[in-house]
Amino acid sequence: MTAETTADRMHRLLSALQPSALAIRDDSRHHAGHAGAGNGGHYKITIVAEAFRGLSPLQRHRLVHDALAPLMSHEIHALAIKASAP
Amino acid sequence: MSVHDIIDQQVKSHPVVLYMKGSPDFPQCGFSANAVKILKACGVDAPFTVDVLQNPDIRQGIKEYANWPTIPQLYIKGEFVGGSDIMTELYQSGELKQLLAA
Repeated sequence: MTAETTADRMHRLLSALQPSALAIRDDSRHHAGHAGAGNGGHYKITIVAEAFRGLSPLQRHRLVHDALAPLMSHEIHALAIKASAP
Repeated sequence: MSVHDIIDQQVKSHPVVLYMKGSPDFPQCGFSANAVKILKACGVDAPFTVDVLQNPDIRQGIKEYANWPTIPQLYIKGEFVGGSDIMTELYQSGELKQLLAA
């Protein structure tokens, strides 16, 4: 049995938004040790979900942040989000 | 004055405020660098910026102020606009220029 990674946990939490497409890329190694990096990794999320339809970019990002709330303060340091409706 | 009050005063006394890591000339993070670049592309060469790396209280406080977990954060006329990705989206759609011109 392999240990669950942060990206795995992100996948699981984001499934609540019932995405029709979801990709999570771990960019942490590109940023290791830069000033202010602190704890947690860098991730890029591309997510397509019906839930985003009609929402502003700010509202779409808030849905993603809310879904990931349990990880935001410690496991995730930086997050690039591309969220759209199908 | 509380951190919340300091932030409130900053975003309301300057038309464009960017909370970032580093300075516009020496950004310390790719997302902050992108935010500065987009503002420049919109004709904002000298936004009022706050380097959160120099101010740990504001670094934490700003996340609570807008209920937004990451930095950079852009405010226009006291309103929270978003972070680097949202700035990119709004820039590409032309909305950011409209917000800045309004």
